[in-house]
Amino acid sequence: MSALVVEAVSRNFGGVQALSNVSFTVEPGERRLIIGPNGAGKTTLFNMLSGAFAVSGGRIMLFDRNITHLPPYQRARMGLARTFQITNLFPHLTVLENVLLALQAMDDSAFSLHRRMRANDHLFRGASTLLESWGLAAIADQAAKDISYGEKRQVDVILGMAMRPKVLLLDEPTAGLSAAEVVRVVGMIRSLPRNVTILMIEHDMDVAFELADRITVLHQGRLIAEGDRDAIRNNPQVNEIYLGAE
Amino acid sequence: MSTQPTTESLPWPAVAAISVVAVLISLALPYLLTPYYLGLVVKMMIFALFAMSFDLLIGYAGMASLGHAAYFGIAAYATGLLALRLEWNVWLALPASLLIAALTAALFGLLALRTRGSYFLMITLALAQVLWGIAFGWRSLTGGEDGLPDVPRPDLGLQWSLTGDTPFYYFVLFVVGVGALLLIRIVSSPFGYALRGIRESETRMLALGYNIWRYKFVAFVLAGTFAGLAGCLYAYLNRYVSPGYVHVVMSAEVLLMVVLGGAGTLFGPTIGAALFVLLENMISGYTERWLMLLGLVYVLVGMFAPNGLTGLARDFRKRRAGS
Repeated sequence: MSALVVEAVSRNFGGVQALSNVSFTVEPGERRLIIGPNGAGKTTLFNMLSGAFAVSGGRIMLFDRNITHLPPYQRARMGLARTFQITNLFPHLTVLENVLLALQAMDDSAFSLHRRMRANDHLFRGASTLLESWGLAAIADQAAKDISYGEKRQVDVILGMAMRPKVLLLDEPTAGLSAAEVVRVVGMIRSLPRNVTILMIEHDMDVAFELADRITVLHQGRLIAEGDRDAIRNNPQVNEIYLGAE
Repeated sequence: MSTQPTTESLPWPAVAAISVVAVLISLALPYLLTPYYLGLVVKMMIFALFAMSFDLLIGYAGMASLGHAAYFGIAAYATGLLALRLEWNVWLALPASLLIAALTAALFGLLALRTRGSYFLMITLALAQVLWGIAFGWRSLTGGEDGLPDVPRPDLGLQWSLTGDTPFYYFVLFVVGVGALLLIRIVSSPFGYALRGIRESETRMLALGYNIWRYKFVAFVLAGTFAGLAGCLYAYLNRYVSPGYVHVVMSAEVLLMVVLGGAGTLFGPTIGAALFVLLENMISGYTERWLMLLGLVYVLVGMFAPNGLTGLARDFRKRRAGS
Protein backbone atom coordinates (compact mmCIF):
# COMPACT_ATOMS: atom_id res chain seq x y z
CA MET A 1 0.00 0.00 0.00
CA SER A 2 1.40 3.38 -0.97
CA ALA A 3 1.25 6.31 1.44
CA LEU A 4 0.11 8.74 -1.19
CA VAL A 5 -0.99 8.31 -4.79
CA VAL A 6 -1.50 11.35 -6.99
CA GLU A 7 -3.28 10.44 -10.23
CA ALA A 8 -3.50 12.82 -13.17
CA VAL A 9 -4.15 15.82 -10.93
CA SER A 10 -4.80 19.13 -12.67
CA ARG A 11 -5.72 22.60 -11.56
CA ASN A 12 -6.68 25.69 -13.55
CA PHE A 13 -6.97 29.20 -12.20
CA GLY A 14 -9.22 30.85 -14.77
CA GLY A 15 -7.38 30.18 -18.00
CA VAL A 16 -4.04 29.46 -16.35
CA GLN A 17 -3.09 25.83 -16.07
CA ALA A 18 -1.23 25.80 -12.74
CA LEU A 19 -0.86 22.01 -12.74
CA SER A 20 -1.57 19.64 -15.58
CA ASN A 21 -1.86 15.91 -15.34
CA VAL A 22 0.58 15.31 -12.50
CA SER A 23 0.92 11.72 -11.29
CA PHE A 24 3.28 10.19 -8.75
CA THR A 25 3.35 7.72 -5.88
CA VAL A 26 5.02 8.04 -2.49
CA GLU A 27 5.81 4.94 -0.45
CA PRO A 28 5.42 4.79 3.36
CA GLY A 29 8.41 6.23 5.21
CA GLU A 30 9.81 7.85 2.11
CA ARG A 31 11.37 11.32 2.07
CA ARG A 32 10.12 12.82 -1.17
CA LEU A 33 11.41 16.21 -2.19
CA ILE A 34 9.45 18.36 -4.62
CA ILE A 35 11.62 20.83 -6.47
CA GLY A 36 11.10 23.19 -9.36
CA PRO A 37 11.49 26.86 -10.28
CA ASN A 38 9.07 29.57 -9.13
CA GLY A 39 5.62 29.07 -10.57
CA ALA A 40 6.16 25.35 -11.13
CA GLY A 41 2.99 24.57 -9.18
CA LYS A 42 4.58 23.13 -6.02
CA THR A 43 2.51 24.99 -3.47
CA THR A 44 -0.62 24.53 -5.60
CA LEU A 45 0.03 20.80 -5.44
CA PHE A 46 0.32 20.97 -1.64
CA ASN A 47 -2.87 23.00 -1.38
CA MET A 48 -4.70 20.29 -3.29
CA LEU A 49 -3.17 17.49 -1.25
CA SER A 50 -4.20 19.20 1.99
CA GLY A 51 -7.61 20.13 0.63
CA ALA A 52 -7.22 23.91 0.73
CA PHE A 53 -7.96 23.98 -3.04
CA ALA A 54 -10.24 21.65 -4.99
CA VAL A 55 -8.70 19.74 -7.89
CA SER A 56 -9.87 20.55 -11.41
CA GLY A 57 -9.29 16.93 -12.34
CA GLY A 58 -7.63 13.77 -11.11
CA ARG A 59 -7.60 11.75 -7.93
CA ILE A 60 -5.67 11.72 -4.63
CA MET A 61 -5.37 8.55 -2.51
CA LEU A 62 -4.05 8.49 1.07
CA PHE A 63 -3.22 4.95 2.14
CA ASP A 64 -5.67 3.57 -0.45
CA ARG A 65 -8.50 5.87 0.58
CA ASN A 66 -9.80 8.39 -1.89
CA ILE A 67 -9.46 11.82 -0.26
CA THR A 68 -9.91 13.90 -3.43
CA HIS A 69 -13.11 15.56 -2.27
CA LEU A 70 -12.70 15.51 1.52
CA PRO A 71 -12.49 18.82 3.43
CA PRO A 72 -9.09 19.72 4.92
CA TYR A 73 -9.99 18.88 8.51
CA GLN A 74 -11.03 15.33 7.58
CA ARG A 75 -7.77 14.76 5.73
CA ALA A 76 -5.95 16.03 8.82
CA ARG A 77 -7.88 13.54 10.97
CA MET A 78 -6.76 10.75 8.62
CA GLY A 79 -3.15 11.58 9.35
CA LEU A 80 -2.23 14.18 6.76
CA ALA A 81 -0.47 17.19 8.27
CA ARG A 82 0.94 20.24 6.57
CA THR A 83 3.08 23.25 7.32
CA PHE A 84 2.88 26.56 5.51
CA GLN A 85 5.27 28.37 3.22
CA ILE A 86 4.19 31.66 4.77
CA THR A 87 4.35 31.15 8.53
CA ASN A 88 0.85 30.44 9.79
CA LEU A 89 0.75 30.33 13.58
CA PHE A 90 -1.70 31.71 16.15
CA PRO A 91 0.20 34.98 16.70
CA HIS A 92 -1.50 36.22 19.86
CA LEU A 93 -1.39 32.87 21.65
CA THR A 94 1.72 31.62 23.40
CA VAL A 95 3.96 29.06 21.75
CA LEU A 96 2.77 26.50 24.30
CA GLU A 97 -0.86 27.29 23.48
CA ASN A 98 -0.08 26.93 19.78
CA VAL A 99 1.20 23.41 20.40
CA LEU A 100 -1.70 22.68 22.76
CA LEU A 101 -4.22 23.53 20.05
CA ALA A 102 -2.42 21.15 17.72
CA LEU A 103 -2.47 18.34 20.29
CA GLN A 104 -6.04 19.08 21.34
CA ALA A 105 -7.38 18.72 17.79
CA MET A 106 -7.10 14.95 17.97
CA ASP A 107 -8.08 14.71 21.63
CA ASP A 108 -11.54 13.73 22.88
CA SER A 109 -11.73 16.94 24.86
CA ALA A 110 -11.49 19.21 21.79
CA PHE A 111 -15.17 20.10 21.78
CA SER A 112 -15.60 20.23 25.54
CA LEU A 113 -17.25 23.37 26.87
CA HIS A 114 -17.17 22.75 30.58
CA ARG A 115 -13.70 21.37 31.22
CA ARG A 116 -10.90 23.84 31.78
CA MET A 117 -8.34 23.74 29.02
CA ARG A 118 -5.56 24.32 31.49
CA ALA A 119 -6.70 21.30 33.49
CA ASN A 120 -5.87 19.02 30.56
CA ASP A 121 -2.69 17.76 32.16
CA HIS A 122 -1.84 15.12 29.60
CA LEU A 123 -1.97 17.68 26.78
CA PHE A 124 0.06 20.17 28.79
CA ARG A 125 2.73 17.60 29.52
CA GLY A 126 2.73 16.53 25.88
CA ALA A 127 3.13 20.10 24.64
CA SER A 128 5.88 20.92 27.13
CA THR A 129 7.75 17.71 26.32
CA LEU A 130 7.51 18.40 22.62
CA LEU A 131 8.90 21.92 22.99
CA GLU A 132 11.65 20.68 25.32
CA SER A 133 12.70 17.94 22.94
CA TRP A 134 13.15 20.51 20.18
CA GLY A 135 15.02 22.86 22.49
CA LEU A 136 12.32 25.51 22.47
CA ALA A 137 11.17 25.29 26.10
CA ALA A 138 12.58 28.76 26.77
CA ILE A 139 10.06 30.45 24.45
CA ALA A 140 7.03 28.39 25.54
CA ASP A 141 5.33 31.32 27.26
CA GLN A 142 6.06 33.98 24.67
CA ALA A 143 3.36 35.08 22.24
CA ALA A 144 4.00 33.46 18.86
CA LYS A 145 4.16 36.90 17.23
CA ASP A 146 7.10 37.88 19.42
CA ILE A 147 9.51 35.01 18.67
CA SER A 148 12.19 35.16 15.97
CA TYR A 149 11.48 34.18 12.38
CA GLY A 150 13.65 31.09 12.67
CA GLU A 151 11.78 30.01 15.79
CA LYS A 152 8.47 30.56 14.01
CA ARG A 153 9.55 28.22 11.21
CA GLN A 154 10.47 25.59 13.78
CA VAL A 155 7.18 25.97 15.66
CA ASP A 156 5.39 25.62 12.32
CA VAL A 157 7.02 22.21 11.83
CA ILE A 158 6.33 21.25 15.44
CA LEU A 159 2.61 21.99 14.98
CA GLY A 160 2.62 19.54 12.09
CA MET A 161 4.50 16.92 14.11
CA ALA A 162 2.23 17.40 17.14
CA MET A 163 -0.58 15.88 15.09
CA ARG A 164 1.34 12.59 14.94
CA PRO A 165 0.77 12.47 11.20
CA LYS A 166 1.30 9.54 8.90
CA VAL A 167 2.11 11.90 6.06
CA LEU A 168 3.68 15.29 6.65
CA LEU A 169 3.74 17.99 3.97
CA LEU A 170 6.50 20.52 4.55
CA ASP A 171 6.27 23.63 2.41
CA GLU A 172 9.75 25.19 2.24
CA PRO A 173 10.50 24.92 5.94
CA THR A 174 13.92 26.52 5.46
CA ALA A 175 12.77 29.52 3.41
CA GLY A 176 14.36 32.74 4.58
CA LEU A 177 16.43 31.16 7.33
CA SER A 178 20.06 31.94 8.12
CA ALA A 179 22.64 29.24 7.36
CA ALA A 180 22.80 28.21 11.02
CA GLU A 181 19.04 28.01 11.25
CA VAL A 182 18.87 25.92 8.08
CA VAL A 183 21.20 23.39 9.69
CA ARG A 184 18.97 23.31 12.73
CA VAL A 185 15.72 22.80 10.81
CA VAL A 186 17.28 20.21 8.49
CA GLY A 187 18.51 18.35 11.57
CA MET A 188 15.02 18.50 12.95
CA ILE A 189 13.49 17.02 9.80
CA ARG A 190 16.22 14.41 9.60
CA SER A 191 15.41 13.24 13.11
CA LEU A 192 11.72 12.69 12.40
CA PRO A 193 10.81 9.03 12.79
CA ARG A 194 10.67 6.85 9.69
CA ASN A 195 7.04 5.90 10.27
CA VAL A 196 6.22 9.41 9.07
CA THR A 197 6.16 9.83 5.32
CA ILE A 198 7.45 13.24 4.29
CA LEU A 199 6.77 15.31 1.23
CA MET A 200 8.79 18.47 1.21
CA ILE A 201 9.06 21.43 -1.12
CA GLU A 202 12.54 22.90 -1.14
CA HIS A 203 14.30 25.65 -3.04
CA ASP A 204 17.77 24.99 -1.77
CA MET A 205 19.29 22.17 -3.89
CA ASP A 206 21.85 21.21 -1.24
CA VAL A 207 19.10 20.75 1.32
CA ALA A 208 16.93 18.88 -1.15
CA PHE A 209 19.65 16.44 -2.15
CA GLU A 210 20.68 15.97 1.46
CA LEU A 211 17.23 14.90 2.67
CA ALA A 212 15.71 13.17 -0.33
CA ASP A 213 15.11 9.50 -0.96
CA ARG A 214 13.46 10.43 -4.22
CA ILE A 215 12.94 13.73 -5.96
CA THR A 216 10.05 14.93 -8.12
CA VAL A 217 10.70 17.88 -10.41
CA LEU A 218 7.88 20.17 -11.49
CA HIS A 219 8.21 22.78 -14.20
CA GLN A 220 5.42 25.03 -15.48
CA GLY A 221 2.78 22.81 -13.96
CA ARG A 222 4.11 19.57 -15.39
CA LEU A 223 6.03 16.73 -13.81
CA ILE A 224 9.19 16.55 -15.88
CA ALA A 225 11.38 14.18 -13.91
CA GLU A 226 11.33 11.79 -11.01
CA GLY A 227 14.00 9.57 -9.54
CA ASP A 228 16.65 9.15 -6.89
CA ARG A 229 19.31 11.77 -6.25
CA ASP A 230 21.76 10.59 -8.87
CA ALA A 231 19.12 10.24 -11.54
CA ILE A 232 17.93 13.80 -10.94
CA ARG A 233 21.46 15.18 -10.69
CA ASN A 234 22.33 13.67 -14.04
CA ASN A 235 19.05 14.46 -15.75
CA PRO A 236 19.83 16.83 -18.67
CA GLN A 237 16.36 18.40 -18.69
CA VAL A 238 16.58 19.25 -14.99
CA ASN A 239 20.02 20.73 -15.46
CA GLU A 240 18.75 22.81 -18.32
CA ILE A 241 15.92 24.25 -16.23
CA TYR A 242 18.13 25.04 -13.28
CA LEU A 243 21.21 26.21 -15.11
CA GLY A 244 19.51 27.53 -18.21
CA ALA A 245 22.41 26.07 -20.19
CA GLU A 246 22.60 23.89 -23.24
CA MET B 1 -9.53 42.82 15.49
CA SER B 2 -7.78 43.74 18.69
CA THR B 3 -6.68 40.77 20.66
CA GLN B 4 -4.66 39.96 23.70
CA PRO B 5 -2.01 37.36 24.34
CA THR B 6 -3.28 35.08 27.05
CA THR B 7 0.10 34.80 28.69
CA GLU B 8 -0.35 37.01 31.70
CA SER B 9 -2.84 36.47 34.45
CA LEU B 10 -2.96 37.51 38.07
CA PRO B 11 -1.90 35.00 40.73
CA TRP B 12 -4.86 33.20 42.26
CA PRO B 13 -4.76 34.83 45.72
CA ALA B 14 -5.15 38.21 44.02
CA VAL B 15 -8.02 36.87 41.93
CA ALA B 16 -9.68 35.41 45.03
CA ALA B 17 -9.25 38.64 47.00
CA ILE B 18 -10.63 40.78 44.18
CA SER B 19 -13.56 38.38 43.76
CA VAL B 20 -14.44 38.47 47.46
CA VAL B 21 -14.32 42.27 47.53
CA ALA B 22 -16.39 42.48 44.35
CA VAL B 23 -19.03 40.13 45.73
CA LEU B 24 -19.21 42.04 49.04
CA ILE B 25 -19.56 45.39 47.29
CA SER B 26 -22.22 43.94 44.96
CA LEU B 27 -24.21 42.64 47.92
CA ALA B 28 -23.92 45.95 49.80
CA LEU B 29 -24.80 48.26 46.90
CA PRO B 30 -28.56 48.54 47.63
CA TYR B 31 -27.65 50.02 51.00
CA LEU B 32 -25.12 52.43 49.52
CA LEU B 33 -26.95 53.81 46.51
CA THR B 34 -30.17 55.70 45.94
CA PRO B 35 -32.84 53.77 44.02
CA TYR B 36 -32.04 55.82 40.93
CA TYR B 37 -28.39 54.84 40.84
CA LEU B 38 -29.24 51.28 41.82
CA GLY B 39 -31.42 51.13 38.70
CA LEU B 40 -28.47 52.40 36.70
CA VAL B 41 -26.26 49.63 38.09
CA VAL B 42 -28.92 47.06 37.12
CA LYS B 43 -28.83 48.42 33.58
CA MET B 44 -25.02 48.22 33.59
CA MET B 45 -25.11 44.58 34.67
CA ILE B 46 -27.62 43.64 31.97
CA PHE B 47 -25.58 45.34 29.27
CA ALA B 48 -22.41 43.79 30.67
CA LEU B 49 -23.95 40.35 30.09
CA PHE B 50 -25.08 41.39 26.61
CA ALA B 51 -21.59 42.72 25.80
CA MET B 52 -19.87 39.61 27.18
CA SER B 53 -22.10 37.41 25.01
CA PHE B 54 -21.09 39.48 21.99
CA ASP B 55 -17.43 39.26 22.93
CA LEU B 56 -17.64 35.48 22.63
CA LEU B 57 -18.21 36.14 18.92
CA ILE B 58 -16.08 39.17 18.17
CA GLY B 59 -13.33 38.92 20.76
CA TYR B 60 -12.82 35.18 20.98
CA ALA B 61 -13.97 33.73 17.64
CA GLY B 62 -13.13 36.87 15.64
CA MET B 63 -16.59 37.09 14.05
CA ALA B 64 -17.77 40.70 13.85
CA SER B 65 -21.56 40.83 13.66
CA LEU B 66 -23.82 43.85 13.36
CA GLY B 67 -26.98 42.00 14.30
CA HIS B 68 -26.44 40.83 17.83
CA ALA B 69 -29.49 42.78 19.07
CA ALA B 70 -31.65 40.26 17.17
CA TYR B 71 -31.30 37.66 19.94
CA PHE B 72 -31.42 40.22 22.74
CA GLY B 73 -34.59 41.69 21.26
CA ILE B 74 -36.42 38.53 20.28
CA ALA B 75 -35.94 37.11 23.78
CA ALA B 76 -37.23 40.38 25.23
CA TYR B 77 -40.32 40.20 23.02
CA ALA B 78 -40.81 36.53 23.88
CA THR B 79 -40.62 37.35 27.60
CA GLY B 80 -43.12 40.17 27.21
CA LEU B 81 -45.56 38.28 25.01
CA LEU B 82 -45.46 35.05 27.01
CA ALA B 83 -46.16 36.98 30.20
CA LEU B 84 -48.81 39.32 28.77
CA ARG B 85 -50.67 37.10 26.31
CA LEU B 86 -50.22 33.60 27.72
CA GLU B 87 -49.61 34.59 31.33
CA TRP B 88 -46.77 32.12 31.66
CA ASN B 89 -44.77 32.43 34.86
CA VAL B 90 -41.06 33.19 34.82
CA TRP B 91 -40.02 29.55 35.26
CA LEU B 92 -41.61 28.75 31.89
CA ALA B 93 -41.25 32.08 30.14
CA LEU B 94 -37.53 32.55 30.77
CA PRO B 95 -36.39 29.14 29.41
CA ALA B 96 -38.84 29.47 26.50
CA SER B 97 -37.44 32.90 25.66
CA LEU B 98 -33.89 31.57 25.77
CA LEU B 99 -34.89 28.70 23.51
CA ILE B 100 -36.41 31.13 21.03
CA ALA B 101 -33.21 33.21 21.07
CA ALA B 102 -31.12 30.06 20.58
CA LEU B 103 -33.27 28.82 17.69
CA THR B 104 -33.19 32.23 16.02
CA ALA B 105 -29.40 32.29 16.37
CA ALA B 106 -29.21 28.76 14.95
CA LEU B 107 -31.31 29.73 11.93
CA PHE B 108 -29.44 33.00 11.32
CA GLY B 109 -26.15 31.21 11.95
CA LEU B 110 -26.89 28.66 9.24
CA LEU B 111 -27.32 31.53 6.79
CA ALA B 112 -24.66 33.94 7.99
CA LEU B 113 -21.86 31.41 8.54
CA ARG B 114 -21.67 30.80 4.83
CA THR B 115 -19.84 34.13 4.71
CA ARG B 116 -17.04 35.82 6.60
CA GLY B 117 -15.57 39.27 7.19
CA SER B 118 -17.57 42.23 5.94
CA TYR B 119 -20.11 39.97 4.22
CA PHE B 120 -20.81 38.34 7.56
CA LEU B 121 -21.26 41.80 9.03
CA MET B 122 -23.77 42.75 6.34
CA ILE B 123 -25.81 39.57 6.44
CA THR B 124 -26.11 39.57 10.24
CA LEU B 125 -27.21 43.21 9.99
CA ALA B 126 -29.79 42.37 7.32
CA LEU B 127 -31.21 39.39 9.24
CA ALA B 128 -31.56 41.44 12.42
CA GLN B 129 -33.31 44.21 10.52
CA VAL B 130 -35.83 41.65 9.25
CA LEU B 131 -36.76 41.06 12.88
CA TRP B 132 -36.93 44.79 13.44
CA GLY B 133 -39.29 45.07 10.47
CA ILE B 134 -41.54 42.42 11.97
CA ALA B 135 -41.46 44.05 15.41
CA PHE B 136 -42.29 47.40 13.87
CA GLY B 137 -44.89 46.23 11.38
CA TRP B 138 -46.84 43.45 13.04
CA ARG B 139 -48.87 45.75 15.28
CA SER B 140 -51.41 43.18 16.44
CA LEU B 141 -48.68 40.99 17.92
CA THR B 142 -45.91 43.37 18.95
CA GLY B 143 -47.73 46.64 19.38
CA GLY B 144 -45.60 48.09 16.57
CA GLU B 145 -43.94 51.37 17.37
CA ASP B 146 -45.69 51.58 20.74
CA GLY B 147 -44.10 48.35 21.86
CA LEU B 148 -45.33 46.14 24.66
CA PRO B 149 -46.07 48.10 27.83
CA ASP B 150 -46.76 46.69 31.29
CA VAL B 151 -44.58 43.61 31.10
CA PRO B 152 -44.85 42.27 34.66
CA ARG B 153 -41.80 41.72 36.83
CA PRO B 154 -41.28 37.99 37.38
CA ASP B 155 -42.95 36.36 40.37
CA LEU B 156 -40.48 33.84 41.74
CA GLY B 157 -42.96 32.55 44.30
CA LEU B 158 -40.71 33.88 47.07
CA GLN B 159 -41.58 36.31 49.80
CA TRP B 160 -39.86 39.26 48.08
CA SER B 161 -41.69 40.91 45.26
CA LEU B 162 -39.40 41.84 42.39
CA THR B 163 -41.33 45.06 41.90
CA GLY B 164 -39.12 46.41 44.65
CA ASP B 165 -35.80 47.89 43.51
CA THR B 166 -33.64 45.97 45.95
CA PRO B 167 -35.06 42.47 45.32
CA PHE B 168 -34.94 43.07 41.58
CA TYR B 169 -31.32 44.19 41.88
CA TYR B 170 -30.44 40.91 43.63
CA PHE B 171 -32.37 38.93 41.03
CA VAL B 172 -30.40 40.54 38.18
CA LEU B 173 -27.14 40.22 40.13
CA PHE B 174 -27.77 36.50 40.51
CA VAL B 175 -28.75 35.86 36.89
CA VAL B 176 -25.94 37.97 35.42
CA GLY B 177 -23.50 36.38 37.87
CA VAL B 178 -24.47 32.88 36.78
CA GLY B 179 -24.31 33.94 33.12
CA ALA B 180 -20.86 35.47 33.59
CA LEU B 181 -19.54 32.37 35.39
CA LEU B 182 -20.80 30.15 32.57
CA LEU B 183 -19.15 32.41 30.00
CA ILE B 184 -15.87 32.39 31.94
CA ARG B 185 -16.04 28.61 31.96
CA ILE B 186 -16.71 28.48 28.23
CA VAL B 187 -13.83 30.76 27.25
CA SER B 188 -11.36 28.82 29.37
CA SER B 189 -12.48 25.44 28.00
CA PRO B 190 -10.81 23.58 25.12
CA PHE B 191 -13.71 24.87 23.01
CA GLY B 192 -12.89 28.44 24.05
CA TYR B 193 -9.25 28.02 23.03
CA ALA B 194 -10.34 26.56 19.71
CA LEU B 195 -12.35 29.76 19.14
CA ARG B 196 -9.21 31.81 19.76
CA GLY B 197 -7.42 29.60 17.25
CA ILE B 198 -10.14 30.28 14.67
CA ARG B 199 -9.80 34.00 15.32
CA GLU B 200 -6.05 33.81 14.75
CA SER B 201 -5.90 31.47 11.74
CA GLU B 202 -8.74 29.53 10.18
CA THR B 203 -6.45 27.84 7.64
CA ARG B 204 -4.16 26.53 10.36
CA MET B 205 -7.12 25.28 12.39
CA LEU B 206 -8.41 23.39 9.35
CA ALA B 207 -4.98 21.93 8.72
CA LEU B 208 -4.86 20.78 12.34
CA GLY B 209 -8.11 18.89 11.87
CA TYR B 210 -10.68 21.22 13.41
CA ASN B 211 -14.12 21.29 11.83
CA ILE B 212 -14.23 25.05 12.27
CA TRP B 213 -17.78 25.46 10.99
CA ARG B 214 -19.06 23.43 13.92
CA TYR B 215 -17.15 25.56 16.42
CA LYS B 216 -18.34 28.81 14.86
CA PHE B 217 -21.93 27.62 14.76
CA VAL B 218 -21.97 26.59 18.41
CA ALA B 219 -20.29 29.88 19.38
CA PHE B 220 -22.90 31.80 17.41
CA VAL B 221 -25.80 29.98 19.08
CA LEU B 222 -24.25 30.33 22.56
CA ALA B 223 -23.64 34.04 22.03
CA GLY B 224 -27.24 34.45 20.87
CA THR B 225 -28.57 32.58 23.89
CA PHE B 226 -26.63 34.67 26.40
CA ALA B 227 -27.71 37.82 24.56
CA GLY B 228 -31.26 36.49 24.93
CA LEU B 229 -30.78 36.15 28.68
CA ALA B 230 -29.75 39.81 28.82
CA GLY B 231 -32.78 40.69 26.70
CA CYS B 232 -35.18 38.94 29.10
CA LEU B 233 -33.71 40.89 32.02
CA TYR B 234 -33.97 44.15 30.10
CA ALA B 235 -37.67 43.53 29.39
CA TYR B 236 -38.22 42.90 33.11
CA LEU B 237 -36.22 45.98 34.10
CA ASN B 238 -38.09 48.40 31.87
CA ARG B 239 -41.37 46.47 32.01
CA TYR B 240 -41.53 47.37 28.40
CA VAL B 241 -40.30 46.07 25.02
CA SER B 242 -39.99 48.16 21.88
CA PRO B 243 -38.60 47.71 18.34
CA GLY B 244 -35.53 49.61 19.53
CA TYR B 245 -34.40 46.44 21.31
CA VAL B 246 -33.76 44.67 17.99
CA HIS B 247 -32.64 47.72 16.06
CA VAL B 248 -29.23 48.07 14.44
CA VAL B 249 -28.49 50.95 16.82
CA MET B 250 -28.67 48.44 19.68
CA SER B 251 -26.36 46.08 17.79
CA ALA B 252 -23.93 48.94 17.17
CA GLU B 253 -24.06 49.99 20.81
CA VAL B 254 -23.09 46.55 22.07
CA LEU B 255 -20.28 46.47 19.51
CA LEU B 256 -19.07 49.82 20.79
CA MET B 257 -19.25 48.67 24.42
CA VAL B 258 -16.97 45.75 23.59
CA VAL B 259 -14.55 47.88 21.60
CA LEU B 260 -14.54 50.58 24.28
CA GLY B 261 -13.73 48.12 27.05
CA GLY B 262 -11.46 45.86 25.03
CA ALA B 263 -12.35 42.72 23.06
CA GLY B 264 -10.93 39.30 23.81
CA THR B 265 -11.42 39.35 27.57
CA LEU B 266 -14.71 39.14 29.44
CA PHE B 267 -13.64 41.91 31.81
CA GLY B 268 -13.24 44.45 29.00
CA PRO B 269 -16.88 44.35 27.80
CA THR B 270 -18.05 44.65 31.42
CA ILE B 271 -16.07 47.86 31.83
CA GLY B 272 -17.23 49.05 28.41
CA ALA B 273 -20.89 48.42 29.22
CA ALA B 274 -20.68 50.14 32.61
CA LEU B 275 -18.92 53.17 31.15
CA PHE B 276 -21.35 53.35 28.25
CA VAL B 277 -24.40 53.35 30.51
CA LEU B 278 -22.79 55.90 32.83
CA LEU B 279 -21.78 58.25 30.00
CA GLU B 280 -25.14 57.98 28.31
CA ASN B 281 -26.83 58.82 31.56
CA MET B 282 -24.59 61.74 32.44
CA ILE B 283 -24.36 63.33 29.04
CA SER B 284 -27.93 62.90 27.90
CA GLY B 285 -28.98 64.84 30.99
CA TYR B 286 -27.23 67.93 29.61
CA THR B 287 -27.54 67.70 25.87
CA GLU B 288 -29.57 66.13 23.11
CA ARG B 289 -26.35 65.44 21.24
CA TRP B 290 -25.36 62.40 23.24
CA LEU B 291 -24.67 60.31 20.15
CA MET B 292 -22.29 62.95 18.82
CA LEU B 293 -20.29 62.94 22.02
CA LEU B 294 -20.36 59.16 22.00
CA GLY B 295 -18.87 59.26 18.51
CA LEU B 296 -16.10 61.51 19.80
CA VAL B 297 -15.33 59.08 22.63
CA TYR B 298 -14.99 56.27 20.12
CA VAL B 299 -12.74 58.24 17.84
CA LEU B 300 -10.49 58.93 20.83
CA VAL B 301 -10.52 55.28 21.93
CA GLY B 302 -9.83 54.17 18.37
CA MET B 303 -6.88 56.54 18.10
CA PHE B 304 -5.29 56.18 21.51
CA ALA B 305 -6.52 52.84 22.87
CA PRO B 306 -7.18 50.50 19.94
CA ASN B 307 -7.28 47.55 22.36
CA GLY B 308 -9.89 49.27 24.51
CA LEU B 309 -9.50 50.68 27.98
CA THR B 310 -8.45 47.37 29.52
CA GLY B 311 -5.84 47.06 26.75
CA LEU B 312 -4.58 50.54 27.62
CA ALA B 313 -4.28 49.61 31.29
CA ARG B 314 -2.42 46.42 30.40
CA ASP B 315 0.04 48.21 28.11
CA PHE B 316 0.66 50.75 30.85
CA ARG B 317 1.36 48.01 33.37
CA LYS B 318 3.66 46.24 30.95
CA ARG B 319 5.61 49.40 30.20
CA ARG B 320 6.12 50.06 33.90
CA ALA B 321 7.25 46.50 34.44
CA GLY B 322 9.59 46.76 31.45
CA SER B 323 11.32 50.01 32.39
